[in-house]
Amino acid sequence: MTKEEILHLGTLSRLALLPAEVEKFSTEIDAILAYVSKVKDIIADDEIKGSVLGARFNVLRPDVVTNQPGEYTEKLLASLPQREGQFMRVMKILNQDE
Amino acid sequence: MDNKSVSSNKQYQKPFREMTVFELRKQYIAGTLSPVTVITEALAIIQEKDEEGHAFLDVYAEEALTLAKVAEIEYKTKRENTPVLLGIPVALKNNILVVGKKATAGSKILENYIATYDATIVTRLKNAGAIIIGATNMDEFAMGSSTENSAFGPTKNPHDLSRVPGGSSGGSAASVAMGVVPVAIGTDTGGSVRQPASYCGVVGFKPTYGAVSRYGLVAMGSSLDQAGPLTRSVADAELIHHIMAGLDAYDATTIAPDTYRAVPLKKNYTFGVPRDFLGMGIDAKVLASFEDHIALLKASGHAVVDIELPLFEQGLAAYYIVMPAEVSSNLARYDGIRYGLSVAGKNLLDVYEQSRAVGFGTEVKRRILLGTYVLSSGYYDAYYRQAELVRHKMRAELEAVFKKVDIILTPTTPTPAFKFGDKSDPLSMYRQDIFTVPVNLTGVPAISLPMKMVEEDGAALPVGVQYIGPHGGDDRLFDIGKQIYDTIR
Repeated sequence: MTKEEILHLGTLSRLALLPAEVEKFSTEIDAILAYVSKVKDIIADDEIKGSVLGARFNVLRPDVVTNQPGEYTEKLLASLPQREGQFMRVMKILNQDE
Repeated sequence: MDNKSVSSNKQYQKPFREMTVFELRKQYIAGTLSPVTVITEALAIIQEKDEEGHAFLDVYAEEALTLAKVAEIEYKTKRENTPVLLGIPVALKNNILVVGKKATAGSKILENYIATYDATIVTRLKNAGAIIIGATNMDEFAMGSSTENSAFGPTKNPHDLSRVPGGSSGGSAASVAMGVVPVAIGTDTGGSVRQPASYCGVVGFKPTYGAVSRYGLVAMGSSLDQAGPLTRSVADAELIHHIMAGLDAYDATTIAPDTYRAVPLKKNYTFGVPRDFLGMGIDAKVLASFEDHIALLKASGHAVVDIELPLFEQGLAAYYIVMPAEVSSNLARYDGIRYGLSVAGKNLLDVYEQSRAVGFGTEVKRRILLGTYVLSSGYYDAYYRQAELVRHKMRAELEAVFKKVDIILTPTTPTPAFKFGDKSDPLSMYRQDIFTVPVNLTGVPAISLPMKMVEEDGAALPVGVQYIGPHGGDDRLFDIGKQIYDTIR
């Protein structure tokens, strides 16, 4: 993997990487990919059969509110890194000066 | 080891640090042992041994003692008419949410995160009367096979302090092996309950996928994760599993008792050994112990035959595609916004990137990057889609094999516990999971039982044997496990 590819993966996964990390991960991920590539040798059957597939699926519940208003609010707000009253404080994402 | 503080009490025949849940409860009911004594001694062992051992990240001493005093009174007045785990100390891996307590998942990014609700399994354990005594150490976000990846320092194997306890549920396994608790709960995504059980000489069980609710577990690989008990006996594992298991409205992947067709119990079982698969880098002494176990099974009236599982070899490769993919998805939520570590940045994206860069350890970053790669456009078909296909074919292969045998038999791990720092290359660490990973990929249940110890560098080290059952075959594993292990432990 090239340095650019690793940095691109960092961007996709929202992870800032140091130059030393980029180099280390590049070597390690190459080795891991080489190992896991053996899954490419598996050939798909025309028809996939399997009785344990779909043992349970589409498990749904009615789309209704089940909690009381404000039941969890204080607990959740207490976890915020940056809180302002009943709001969470985040950095601006619109109309930024570049 | 100084046993003076424990065995001086004339009331019990063996040190309670070796007792099972059943043995403790019997004495509680009879009034010959008090929960207060047990909890006090458990806390004393932590005090004495855990500064070095580091199995625990958090100890709830005051609450545990208070609950023990309540339990003592309950037993005096109600005897056996009390919840089955009343007064029993239990340790929980720190990726299991306990309301009001720190749930770090072994990571700096959650170092001060306080859980806002109880995991379903915690609710069930509490309702059964269990005393949650503390939170145990683990590899960060359950990624690792040694607990060396914990952001808070490693745990040491109680059998040999220069060696790892295994991972990622290393702290849980050690807490049982140390004698602090008869039960600890871990989570198993690729072997993280069974492998440390093998290294620490305890019983470790991974249920059929869906048998136990994942609500309140810090998610790692959502199609792979299951919570399971680490115990001294199979009967204890069975008891704890059945308390935790069952349909949960909060986890849509949970199964009902009749989701899979019934797996009958038998007087004599046929075990299948995938001989070719065992050829992969297994320590000669572990193999010798395994052969002894086969002889024991035969002497006990069971049949042991050779089978072929050619696809299981692909298992580790498929796992190291599927699991990082699910990890990259599950760990996207740790972004410094709603909870956890938050690093100031020049803009919102910077907050995300820096919080995650500072908060995550190296192995976590490695797996996130790998997972992002195998899910990205242009590579998804070659890697992820292929890996899912491998899983599917492995399930079909297992279904065919289980028509011929009742249980698949392998060693749990290819080696006993290794020394700290031994597996610094990621791939060599990943290979420790070679026998355990296919179980999570296919969703079947498996149990690790201690078999004959092996000698290495003058130390006697535990190793485990693994029984793998068909989907829904959890009770079959308990049945044979009790027969073979509980009778001789």
